Amino acid sequence: MQKRVLLIEDEPNIIEAIRFILSRDGWSVATHSDGETALAAIRASLPDVLVLDVMLPGRSGFDILADLRADPGLQALPVLMLTARGQGGARDAAEHAGADRFLSKPFANAEVLATLRELAGL
Amino acid sequence: MVPFNLLVAACLGYVIMLFLVAFRVERQARRGRVRWLRSPVVYTLSLSIYCTAWTFYGAVGYAARSGLEFATIYLGPTLVLIGWWWVLRKLVRIGRTQRVTSIADLISSRFGKSNLLGVIVTLICVASATPYIALQLQSVTLSFNVFAGPLPEGWAARDSNSTALWVAAGLALFTILFGTRNLDANERHNGVVTAIALEAVVKLVALLAVGIFTVWVAADGPADILARIEASEVAGWRMQPGRWAGLTFLAGAAVLTLPRMFQVMVVENSDERHLATASWAFPLYLFAMSLFVVPIAVMGLEVLPEGSNPDLFVLTLPLAFDQGGLAMLAFLGGFSSATSMVIVSAIALATMVSNHVVMPLWLRLRSGGARATGDVRGLVLMSRRLSIAGVLALGYGYFALSGGSSALAAIGLISFVGVAQILPAMLGGLFWRGATRLGAAAGLGVGFAIWLYALFLPSFGGGGLFPADLMAGGPLGIGWLRPQALFGIGGIDPLLHALFWSLSLNAAMFCAVSLLTFPGPMERLQGVAFVNVFDHSGPTRGWSRGGAEAEDLLAMAQGILGADAAQGFFQAQAAAQGKAGFLPDTTPEFIAALERRLAGSVGAATAHAMIAQFAAGAAVSVQDLMAVASEAQQIMEYSSQLEAKSEELARTARALSEANGKLRALSVQKDAFLSQISHELRTPMTSIRAFSEILMEGGLDGADQARYARIIHDETIRLTRLLDDLLDLSVLESGRVQLNQRAANLHDLIDRALQAAGQTRPERRFTVHRDPAGEHVAIFTDADRLVQVFINLISNARKYCDAERPELTIRARRRGARVEVDFIDNGSGIPAAAQSLVFEKFARLTDTTRAGGAGLGLAICREIMANLGGTIAYVPGQGGAAFRVALPVRRAREAA
Repeated sequence: MQKRVLLIEDEPNIIEAIRFILSRDGWSVATHSDGETALAAIRASLPDVLVLDVMLPGRSGFDILADLRADPGLQALPVLMLTARGQGGARDAAEHAGADRFLSKPFANAEVLATLRELAGL
Repeated sequence: MVPFNLLVAACLGYVIMLFLVAFRVERQARRGRVRWLRSPVVYTLSLSIYCTAWTFYGAVGYAARSGLEFATIYLGPTLVLIGWWWVLRKLVRIGRTQRVTSIADLISSRFGKSNLLGVIVTLICVASATPYIALQLQSVTLSFNVFAGPLPEGWAARDSNSTALWVAAGLALFTILFGTRNLDANERHNGVVTAIALEAVVKLVALLAVGIFTVWVAADGPADILARIEASEVAGWRMQPGRWAGLTFLAGAAVLTLPRMFQVMVVENSDERHLATASWAFPLYLFAMSLFVVPIAVMGLEVLPEGSNPDLFVLTLPLAFDQGGLAMLAFLGGFSSATSMVIVSAIALATMVSNHVVMPLWLRLRSGGARATGDVRGLVLMSRRLSIAGVLALGYGYFALSGGSSALAAIGLISFVGVAQILPAMLGGLFWRGATRLGAAAGLGVGFAIWLYALFLPSFGGGGLFPADLMAGGPLGIGWLRPQALFGIGGIDPLLHALFWSLSLNAAMFCAVSLLTFPGPMERLQGVAFVNVFDHSGPTRGWSRGGAEAEDLLAMAQGILGADAAQGFFQAQAAAQGKAGFLPDTTPEFIAALERRLAGSVGAATAHAMIAQFAAGAAVSVQDLMAVASEAQQIMEYSSQLEAKSEELARTARALSEANGKLRALSVQKDAFLSQISHELRTPMTSIRAFSEILMEGGLDGADQARYARIIHDETIRLTRLLDDLLDLSVLESGRVQLNQRAANLHDLIDRALQAAGQTRPERRFTVHRDPAGEHVAIFTDADRLVQVFINLISNARKYCDAERPELTIRARRRGARVEVDFIDNGSGIPAAAQSLVFEKFARLTDTTRAGGAGLGLAICREIMANLGGTIAYVPGQGGAAFRVALPVRRAREAA
């Protein structure tokens, strides 16, 4: 069965790149660009894996993740966080907030693919 | 014998020297080198204008006629100065705290800034000083004639009137040149004061020289002189205690109330401590002046032919011994005495006339409610100059009319009695809080009237204004109204008679009317400020909060003080309130300070009237009155001081915490800066890397391949632009930017900017309103940089304006040497919290997608404007986002 991924990211070109990479690998890709409404979008689509950017308009990825982990229905959802900010500190913060994996931009396409496959249990 | 021409030459030379001294000192003072000018010695010497030609020549004549009685004229001032602690100290302190400009201003200010009193006092002063000035002119003329008389050749034929006219004109010129330099009468006339101090030295040296000559050359030393005095009729003089006491009192009163004495003693005083020095030094000066009076008189009576004018012994005695040089020195001494008195009197009277008569008239005639703006300085200075000329013309006119009659000789004391009428109101105002405006007016009026009737008018002699039968029988035969025997009490010396009746009725009316009437609010305030001047030298509060706009007040003050002084004053006041810029809050304290500052130029009454035009209806609040009336006033004053202190502390704390908050915000931003750059660089790189990997793997169709290549291309451009912006910003911030300045038309620059910004969101309909008339301003600046700022603002409006039909209004207008361009859109504007941050780096308010920039645009704009010598600011409350760009029409050179 086709695995579904939800990408929450606001940079159109990055959305396009990730969508292309994952679609080509057989994923079903949904995208959302706004931080404030992200949680509702996750609840609506209930993906197998979530790719979450940290810098989002309206709400930060960390806050969304914290809500996610507090929600019993979404607690187990595997999350890959992406960030373009700094080093070191961001990774710790992501792990602390409950991200399963963390990648900093720019990433290698193969790396994203491999991480998502692992998270989806493929 | 001295040739007359030589005398005229010496005289001219002396006057030219005075001009040079005054001129040099004015120049030094303007360069700030005035330390020695502000010494107590100069102050003491300037007080010596008390010794006019009347005392220089006349004291000897007086001694020849009435023996030691002349000493009373020196004794009165000596007592007043020795007792400086009680009256003079208070007078000087009040003069300084209230910025009093003249004695008329003092009385007017004390009694509720009443202009009526100002006018009355001015009238009294002018009436008593005019004959006195005439007397000085006469003394100069007479002394000229002593030299000219016996000689057939030279200018001897010249009649005495033209001599007086020349002297009067010369003095008017000097006084106008050096007396009306500063508008602020409260500032010292350094040049004049120094010239007067010099003249004081000259007259002392001259009189001492004649005295020493008399004792050691004409006579055979002190012992011989004492023997001669014993033998002369002067020794036969017997003291009349009543006249002695009366004259001493009169001279003491005069030293306090003579306009010229008030001018040098209070208005020109630069340091209260000088009084302490003057309190012993000035009596010493007077003592030295009087030391040789009796010897000169005795020798004159003995040596000179019967019937010689004793008033001129100082000149004729050296001449009789053929000592031309000494006589010349004596002449210069007398000349000094006369000129210094006339100069200072003219300044003092002109200030009064201009502040209490001309300015109020002008305010009333011109106003009709219209507010006083525009240049009042020119008007005030012109009215002072005309007043000086007017005062001297009056003096000359009086001299010419009275024909230099012998009646003039007595006018010195008559003048004294005239100005002494101010004494009750002055002392009452200084020491009695219950004294009222009406009381002062009644007292002054009665005293002035009696003086005119009983002393001044009769002084013209039997053939003068009063016919002999009026003098002998009273008006309409009413005996008890005889001018020199009021209430039927005759047989007294006319001077003492007038002095007694005028002053006692004056004081009685003053007290009685004061007790019967109630002081107005402003009178109460000023009364406390005067009577308790040592308890709280803090300013009186006469204004309550609100009403006046700081900007209006600034415009008015500029008209009076001049633009620089007014702006400096406002800026200092704003700084004291912890505010930047030119406009302080119009607190009662500020308005009171402004009023005092203006009072220093135009007098208290006029300053009050001018301020009242702006702070209408806000004159005195109930609290202010309570503060005065209540017994607990001291406590309230103290607590209000504490309140003011804690308010100030709170203000400082507020400013500190504001600064602290801003620092913290800035430091957070600095920390975020690297992280921001990282984000801005990594984001496009992510797309570039992802798509280049996709392209490397191959297997794409041509359309996709081209599209992905374009994305890589666009993102590279975005990266480049970001790096350009960062570099641009760092160059601008470091101030090492190369400006390419040229002349340009603002209209063309806005055209260019609109065209260049048209590519931002071209799909939206976007209306621009412009004002071509205002835009046509020629400016000299870096046009490309300015266009860069305009493009940024226009693109921002195109990007962020969230109105249904976005519109942008561009307004340009010239403000003096600057031009302001406003960009106002019709969107929802920038939230207040964000307004202070928009010009910071990376302070993009919405996030990336729409902006397409790194959030450096406005930060760059701010740096560009700083480099162009201008500013860019967010203007709240314009019904949308509004930015104001302001820059000099021509950039100042030193900033280049």
